Amino acid sequence: MSTYVNLFLQSVFTENLVLALFLGICPFLALSRRFDTAVGLGVAVVLVMTLTVPVNSLILTYLLGPGALDWAGLPAMDLSFLALISFIGVIAAIVQVLEMALDRYFPALHQALGVFLPLIAVNCAILGASLFMAERRYTLGESVVYGFGSGIGWALAIIVLAGLRQKLRYSDVPDGLQGSGITFICAGLMAMGFMAFSGIRL
Amino acid sequence: MKPESKAAILDPLINENPITFQILGLCSALAVTTSMMPALLMSLAVTAVLAFGSAVISAIRNYIPDNVRIVVQMTIIASLVIVVDQVLKAYAFETSKQLSVFVGLIVTNCIVLGRVETFAMKNKVVPSFLDGLGNGLGYSLALMSIAAIRELLGAGSLFGFTILPTVSEGGWYYPNGMMILPPGVYFIIGLMIWAIRTWRVEQVEQPEFRIRHVHRTQVSS
Repeated sequence: MSTYVNLFLQSVFTENLVLALFLGICPFLALSRRFDTAVGLGVAVVLVMTLTVPVNSLILTYLLGPGALDWAGLPAMDLSFLALISFIGVIAAIVQVLEMALDRYFPALHQALGVFLPLIAVNCAILGASLFMAERRYTLGESVVYGFGSGIGWALAIIVLAGLRQKLRYSDVPDGLQGSGITFICAGLMAMGFMAFSGIRL
Repeated sequence: MKPESKAAILDPLINENPITFQILGLCSALAVTTSMMPALLMSLAVTAVLAFGSAVISAIRNYIPDNVRIVVQMTIIASLVIVVDQVLKAYAFETSKQLSVFVGLIVTNCIVLGRVETFAMKNKVVPSFLDGLGNGLGYSLALMSIAAIRELLGAGSLFGFTILPTVSEGGWYYPNGMMILPPGVYFIIGLMIWAIRTWRVEQVEQPEFRIRHVHRTQVSS
C-alpha cells in the first residue's frame, strides 16, 4: 500500500508533470486566463489520464513489449518501437469514446467539458504520462495510481496558476513582460514552491 | 534565393520565433536544455521532423479528406518521429538516453501540428519545406540559447568543455544550481521574452485589463 501512496505523492508533487518535467505547458499557459476554464480542463485531464495510462499499460504488456506475444506463439517478437504510434491511437480513440459516452449519459458534464476533450488528444502531458509508464515499467496497479496522480498534479498546477493570473490583473506589469512573460515568471515561482516537496516520503 | 523563400526561413528566427513569440512547442524545449549536447540533438530532430513532415503533408494535401485530416497528419508525423528516434538510438545512444521520452513527445509538439495545419495544408511542397525548416531553425535558436545560459551558469561549461572553472574543481566560479533545476528555465524564458520585446516593441501584448488612472482632484472625498 505504502508504495502506491508514495507513487501518488511523487506524481502529484515532486515529479509534477508541468512544473518539474515541463509537459503540457502549451495549454497550461494558454488556457489559464480564466479560473473556470482551468477547472474544466483540469477535470478533463484527470479523467483522460486515469483511463489512458492503464489501457496503454495493458497494450504494452500483452501486445508490444519484448516477449509480450508469447501467448500467440511468438516469444522472440519485440514490437516496442510501435509503442509511440499505438499510444497516440489509443489516446485519440479513448478521448473520442469518452466524448460520446459523456454526451449520451451525462449531458451536463459534456456541456462543461466538451470543448476541452478534443484538445486533450494532442496534449503532451497525456502522451508523456504513458511514455513514462512504459519507460519505468509500471505494473497495472501502479499505472492506475500514476495516471490518476499525474492528472491531479497537472490539474492542481493549472488551477493555481489561473488563480494567480486573476490576481495579477491588479498589478502593474512592465510592458515587455505583459502577458506571456509574467506568466513564465509566475510559473517559475510556483515551480520553486513545488520543489519544497522533493524528498518527502512516507 | 527568392525573397519569399528567404523570408520563410529568416522570419521565424526572431520576429516570429515559435518559442518566444508564438509560445508554441515549449513542452519538450524546456526539459532537454540542461546542457548543450542534448539540446543540439533535440533541435536537429525537431527541425528534421518539421521540414520533412511539412513537405510530405503538403504533397498529399489535396487527397486528405477534411474531417480525418488530424489523424492523417498525426500518423505521418509519428512515423517520422519513430524514424528519428531509431536513428538517434543507433548513432547517439548515450545522449538519446538523456533525451528519454522527449523525442517521442515531438509528435504532440504544437509547433509541428501548428505549422502543418496553418501552412503546409494550404501551400505547395517547396514553400512548406522552407517554412518547416525556418520554424525548426527558430526553435533551435531559442533552444540553444536557453541551453547555453543554463549550462554556462549552472555548470560553468559549454558542450562539456569548462569555460568558468568551478569551485569544486579548484576554480573560482560558484555554479548557480537553480539554472539546472526546473524553476530556472521558466525565469530564463520570461526574461528572454522581456529582452526581445524591449528590442522589438511591436511584439508587446496589450493587457486585458488596465487599472484606471484617476487623478486625486477627481476623487470625491
